[in-house]
This record gives sequence, C-alpha cells and structure tokens, in this order.
Amino acid sequence: MSDAVADLVIIGSGPAGMAAACEARGLDLSVVLLDEQATIGGQIYRSIESAPAERLHVLGQDYASGRNLASDFRNSKARYLAGAVVWNVSPDGTVDYVLNGRSDKVIGTHVLLASGAMERPFPISGWTLPGVMGAGAAQILLKGSGALPTGPVVLAGCGPLLYLLAWQYLRAGATIQALVDTTTVSDYLRAVRHGAGALKGWRDLAKGVKLLAALRRHGVPVFSGCSELSIEGDKRVEGLSFKHRGRPVRVPASLLLLHQGVVPNTQLSWSTGSAHRWDPDQLCWQPVTDAWGRLGETLFYVAGDSRAIVGAQASAVQGRLAALAIGERLGVVTDIARRAAPLQRQLRRHTHIRPFLDALYRPKNENRIPQAGSVLVCRCEEVTAGQIRRYVELGCLGPNQTKAFGRCGMGPCQGRFCGLTVTEVIAQARGVEPCDVGYYRIRPPIKPVTLGELGAVDQRIPTEIESPNREETE
Amino acid sequence: MSNHSMTVVGGGLVGAAIAYGAARAGMRVRVLDQGDAAFRASRGNFGLVWVQSKGGKLPRYARWSRDAVKLWPALQKELLELTGVDAGLRQSGGFWLGFSDAEMRARFDLLEGVNRTVGDIPFQIMDACELRQYLPGIGRAVVGGSFCPLDGDANPLMLLHGLHAGLRHKGAEVTTGVDVKQIRYDAANGLFDVVASDGQRWKSERLVLAAGLGNAQLAPQVGLHAPVTSTRGQVLITERLKPFLNYPMNKLRQTCEGTVQIGSSSEDVGLDDGTTTEIIERLARRAVATFPALSRARLVRAWGALRPLTPDGFPIYQASVSCPGAYVATSHSGVTLAAAHCFVIGPWTCGLTETPPEFDVFLGDRFSDPHASFSHDH
Amino acid sequence: MTTEPLFSIPRSSELETVTIRFEGKAMTVPAGVSVAAALLVGGVHDFRSSVVGQAPRAPYCMMGVCFECLVEIDGVPARQSCIVTVQDGMQVRRQLGAASLDDVSSGEES
Repeated sequence: MSDAVADLVIIGSGPAGMAAACEARGLDLSVVLLDEQATIGGQIYRSIESAPAERLHVLGQDYASGRNLASDFRNSKARYLAGAVVWNVSPDGTVDYVLNGRSDKVIGTHVLLASGAMERPFPISGWTLPGVMGAGAAQILLKGSGALPTGPVVLAGCGPLLYLLAWQYLRAGATIQALVDTTTVSDYLRAVRHGAGALKGWRDLAKGVKLLAALRRHGVPVFSGCSELSIEGDKRVEGLSFKHRGRPVRVPASLLLLHQGVVPNTQLSWSTGSAHRWDPDQLCWQPVTDAWGRLGETLFYVAGDSRAIVGAQASAVQGRLAALAIGERLGVVTDIARRAAPLQRQLRRHTHIRPFLDALYRPKNENRIPQAGSVLVCRCEEVTAGQIRRYVELGCLGPNQTKAFGRCGMGPCQGRFCGLTVTEVIAQARGVEPCDVGYYRIRPPIKPVTLGELGAVDQRIPTEIESPNREETE
Repeated sequence: MSNHSMTVVGGGLVGAAIAYGAARAGMRVRVLDQGDAAFRASRGNFGLVWVQSKGGKLPRYARWSRDAVKLWPALQKELLELTGVDAGLRQSGGFWLGFSDAEMRARFDLLEGVNRTVGDIPFQIMDACELRQYLPGIGRAVVGGSFCPLDGDANPLMLLHGLHAGLRHKGAEVTTGVDVKQIRYDAANGLFDVVASDGQRWKSERLVLAAGLGNAQLAPQVGLHAPVTSTRGQVLITERLKPFLNYPMNKLRQTCEGTVQIGSSSEDVGLDDGTTTEIIERLARRAVATFPALSRARLVRAWGALRPLTPDGFPIYQASVSCPGAYVATSHSGVTLAAAHCFVIGPWTCGLTETPPEFDVFLGDRFSDPHASFSHDH
Repeated sequence: MTTEPLFSIPRSSELETVTIRFEGKAMTVPAGVSVAAALLVGGVHDFRSSVVGQAPRAPYCMMGVCFECLVEIDGVPARQSCIVTVQDGMQVRRQLGAASLDDVSSGEES
C-alpha cells in the first residue's frame, strides 16, 4: 500500500468518519479509512456490528441506530484499514501509520481527522486507584463484551453519559449503589437561560428527563449537588466521600465510575500546527475551522466530536458536509449549496441543545482544577497539582515549559490525559485565561509506536545501514 | 562592585551559566529572556558532557572542553546544594561507535592527534568484542568504538532549571517575554541601553550577549561580529525503560529516568524546528542497528531543535573594544561547557579576570575575512 | 475488599471462550474481547505498577488514551491491553514499572 494516493484519507471510524466515507464514495471519490481499533464504530458505536440482540436492547435505540451507518459504510467499499495506528500526518497529506508491525504511508489529496472524543479527566484525590474508571470505559465494556459490574457500582459526576449508563445498567439488572451527582441548582438556573435552545432540542431533553425519572423509580439513591468528592482506598478504591447538603457522606465502593463529560481528542489537529481556541463553555480546546470543517488553508478537515462536542448524529452530518466540501474542491460537486442545505438544517437541529447541556453539566472547577497539592495531574509520570503550581512559582509560563521542571506530559499518553488539567492549573496559578497559557506542542509520533515498527519500512541487512556518524556535530 | 550592574541578553544554557557565574562573583545581574517564544536550543541539546574528538581542528577547543568537563562536578554539587536541583551529571566515561573499518581508522587518527597535541585526553579504541563487555547487546553493525573516561552526560533542561534557580538565589533578576532589538552605547557614561521590541529598556555598565541565534543581529550594535546560523537536529526519545545502557554514546544514551534518547540529524532548514518522517525512520533504523533490542522500545516523542552554530562550529567569546564592557558569547555546546561558562566566562565578563589564555582563536573577527571558508563538519 | 471480578459477562450459550495465562495461571475468558476486558472479567484488579512510585494501576478509559492498562503480552512489554484482542494461548503478565528490553544480549542477532 506504499505511496497509495486517495482523494480522501479518513482517520477514525466513528459516526463522522463513516458518514464522510459514505458521502465521499457516493461522489465516486477514492477513500481510505484508518482506525487503530480492530472494528469500526469508534467509541459511540463500539462493536456495533457484532452486538447481539439483547445487548442492543439494553444499550438503547441511539446505539442500535448505528448499525445502519455501519452497513452503509461497508457497502460504500471505502478501503478500510483496521488496526492502523496513525503516527504522523504531514502538510502534504501524507499519513504515516503502523499496521502489522511495519510503517507504511498513504497520501490523501484531503485528510479528514475524525478521532472523536475522549473522557474528560476527573482529577480528584484517589482517582488513580484500581477500580476507579470512567463511565465511558464501563460503557465500552458493555458494548464491547456485554460486561456488567459484578457488585454494586457507584457512579459519580455529571453529564448525559453518566445517566445513560445508569439507565442501561438498570435495564440489564446491575445494582447501582449510588449516583453521586455534582449538578447543582445554580447549574439548572444557568442552563434555563438557554431554554430557547433546549426547547428546540426537545427530543433530547425529554430523553434526559426520562432517564432520571427511571433511576428514581428503581430506588437508586441519587445525591444531587454534591461537592468535595474524594476517593478513599489504599491499593484499590474502597469508598467515595463527599458533601451533600452540607453534610459529609461516604459510600463504600469497589467499582467507582467517574464522568464529567467528554472532550475533543485534539492530538491530531494540534499536530498539524493549526490554530485552536479555548472554548469557555465546553472548557476545552477546539480546532479553528470553517463551516465545513477545514483547518485554515490546509488540506485537513475535522469533523465530529474531535472538533467540538456535538454528539453522534451531528458528527455524522459534519462528516457528510466535509465530504461535500472536499467534493467541491475536487470538482465533482457543483451544487454544494443545494446539497448541503438539508444537512445544515439537520446539524442545527442536533446541536440546538448543546448550549443548554454545556451549561447544565458544566464540570465543576474543583473537579477540573485540584486544589489539594497531592492530587495527581499527570498520571503517567506522577506529577501532582502542587508540583505544577511550584513550577509556576519558579517561572513556568505554560505546559511546554513544565518539561524543563519535571516530566509532566512526557509519559506514554503524550499529554492526552493531563493536558487540559495542566493548562487550567497553570492558568489559575498565573491568574490568566487558559487561552493565554496554551497547550502542549504535539509532535510525532501521534501514538507511541516501536522503533522496530518505524524502521521496518524496508528490511536491510545491518551492514548497509549508513553510519550515524555521517552527520558529526558535537 | 555592587554599584556595577550587568545585563545578560539570553537566558538559555549559555546566558544563564554566564549570568550565574557573574552573580556568584558579586555582580548585580539582570537576565533578559524571550521565554516561551524562544527557540530554546537546550531543547535540542543531546545532554552529553563530552570531550573526546572535540577540537580535532582546533586544539584550544579540545583544551577548553577538557577543562570545562573537569569543572562540571563542582557546578553539579553547587547547584544541588544551593537550589536542590539535580542537573543529573554522570561522568563514568562515554563511547563513540564506529560502523566501518574506515571510520575506526579515522577515529584513531583523530583521537591520537588530539591527545598528542593537547595531552590529558585519554582514550581507548575497542573492537566489537570488547565493546560488548561495556555495552551488552550491541548490534553486529557496530564494528568497534572509542572510549574516553572523561565523558559523561547530564540533563540539559534540569541544568537550565538549576541555573535559573541559582540566579534567583544569588539575587539576580530574570525577566522573561523580552525580545531585545536594540542596544545603544553611551560612551560618555560607559552605559549600555538595552531596548526591547515592546519599548521596555534597561541600563547597565556591563553587557553580555548570549542570545544564540539572536547574537547575529545584536553583536554588530556593540562593535562585535557573531555570525550565528541554525542547524536543525531531530531527536527521538523512547518510553521509560529499565536501565540497560550503562554509558552514553555519541548518538544514543539512556537518561536517568530510563528513556533512551536517539540522535540526531544535522540539517540546513532555516528556522524550521519541525520533524520529518524520513529522518525519524532513519534514526529509528540506526538505533535498532546499534541495539537490536530497541526494536521493541516505543517512541514517545520526536522533535527538532535549532542549534546555534558559528560557521566553523567553534564558540565565539569576545570582548568589545569599541564598547568596553560588552561581550558576546555563543556556543552550541551549552551543556559540556556549562561549568566553564559559569566559573571562567562569568568572572571574565565582570572584568574580574584576564582574558583566558589563547582566546584569540575564539574571536568573532575570524569570520570577517571574506576569503576564508569554514565548515562545521568535524 | 472484594476479590471477585469487578465485571462479569452474563451467561450465554453462544459465548465462545479462549484460554489465556495471566501471571502463569490459566484463565478462561470470552473470545473476541480486548485483553483488558478479559482480565477485568477474569478477576484481575491491578494490571501494572506505575513507573515512578510503583503504585498499583488498572484501566481507566478502555479506549487507548490513558495508558493505564499496560501489560506484557507474549513477552512484549507495556502493551495497551484495551486495544489488543485476546487470542487463545496468550501469555499475559503485569507490567511492573518501566518496560524492560529483556535478553538484550540475545538481541544482538538481527
């Protein structure tokens, strides 16, 4: 597949990627889609092709509807590379990836970044203990293998995914020890200001209300407006303590699922060097694109949750719009305004509720920016919030400079899991906005790949390796 | 002495070391640094504290490197005691690896020549078999190597951190986010007026230009010549690995944290500090040829950094004649030479000591001759 | 503190299984799932110890972003078990601290 060229190379097989592939193939463009997972669907439609009927029932209609998109994608005959780990994208459209133990490349006249969302980190005391996982992780376990918690599970945080998981667990017969909700009355009041938008997204809103009602009906203890969450345990999680209505509460837990929303996975878009903005409502970085998803003047487009959190339906529409824009640039679409109009209407419909949800489920400052110095921010290299604040005292201005003081962000996750927290901790310590602090400079490889995989472009016998000493500077 | 002040332009490895040396000698020092916007050459410094093969074409440089390396333990100890920062010095010797018989022969000639001319730079040539005792697991592509007991490594970023912490301890003032554009010399009062692009200005009796690539534009303003240009070096770094490399090598070393650093390229690409897949793949292949077990090690980061190089690759240290009290200092070996910059150049720029012996070879004027040609291939 | 698995898969007649070894002990796990899912369902609570403080760690995100699920699979250290699919006969071990390039001396053969 070396030096293969395609009209469109897509990275990510979630709704945005699959929909873009279908649309582009419909325009008779050549498409190559890469995903590091073994099967299509991304996270939201994880294992959609192999889910048995009972699981589809438990997971609900939103998940099940992904089957249509998946089969459309298969029928589109886009070339699909499963298990391809993209490690670099270049301005000329070259996408380097590792597949089956060796590095290869494909060149796109255009490249669509559709790497979706990841769970927002939840840096509170004890969050690195075994038995503490993201709610999204538990949902992946459910989708990927039908796995359910064996014993009572505690869910904590806020956001639609948390309630959805609780509802799915109820349907599946799992026992929920408690739902510890950090959403407060003032969150509701703030969100109601976006009421007009919420009403336009009435279907989504009705779903949300139904979920909470179902929980209460099943007798799941729901603590609302909780604060000062702290995880207890020595070698594993043993309990969660928090404040509820001013009183301290502790619930025992062997499995604790945390969630406070998802954020765009921006590793690829940052690596292109393109501009990103800090969104003060979604509290995350978003690549700056035009209405079609194009990054600046480059050949890169971004669609779906990796551009801004919009949800599965909107992600698919963005994928289609990007494909149309690319089709226009390639001269195969001459009536883009007409074709795009219904998609743009759909997009507006799917995203009307966003400001309402962002306000209602805004993750709390104390759960994003740990005040206790001992809380780990960089899990890989075990750097605490206190250490980062000391770096700032010593003159560190931003995340890149933390590397001159310690190893924050230098571990295998390459800053994915600590980046947002580091930016916000530094911003707070310096008394400036996150946009003034910036983010890690993202460099290749986009995901860690072995030296053997990188070097295995061509097998050569050792004596033909040119000497490293050709370039001798000391 | 305390009436006198010094402005050091550039807070990188060279500037911070000289400023620290001046501050500890009693000078009131102010350091002006670009901060986060800087190219920050230390990011590209491989971290070697290296003597072997230095100055093959310039014995004075070999001596300078040797002396610097011998002073390093004192700097490591002082910074650790004063600031608690560990610059990570390890000095158990280091290896250069050869990949052909021709390279090995050339290497012997080079090292033997330096040792004969300069003295006290011991070395040992080893064949692959002997190398294996020190570096088990070395690949068959390696035919031999040279060992110098004076060599070692340190952590460039921690060294920088330590120097800055040391500056604070000595009461020096460090201002970041400063882009110095202009320097005026007031001969009547013997004062230097340093002006930043945003209009901020500072006055001092002494001035050290240690701005790396910025020196080229600033030096002529005080009657000096420092044609520094950039070469890009791409470097790879792996995940943390359990220790297995006991000695640093010229192109490969395992840091204190266990990560393996692999370098590096030498490219003429202007001010582009990006990376290229071609070089990344080539560096990976070489690393695996050198230590086949590295084929299983995961690459976590690749980056490019700009080395500030003079046309012949040797430093520039010069005191201005037309503007007494002004100095320029530039070198791409900010780690190896750190202790010399601190303990020798620092006091020299304060006017406390004579110019070090035979320093004429480091004058920037050597590049003024339009008929001379230079190469930084050594 | 519980010793039973944190997750389990409801019994199903169509469930295919494979046998892997974790720390030398045989474990029957569902086929086609990730190694991380298999270990969690098989009762493993901590997957590795952290490189700096040797603290016990286990999967957090299950999607390849957090790098907490690292284990040694068939002799290859520090693999993301949430991305690798179980195969019959796999040998899995905890990743204790940093990855080791074992048998460095035998790596000479290339």
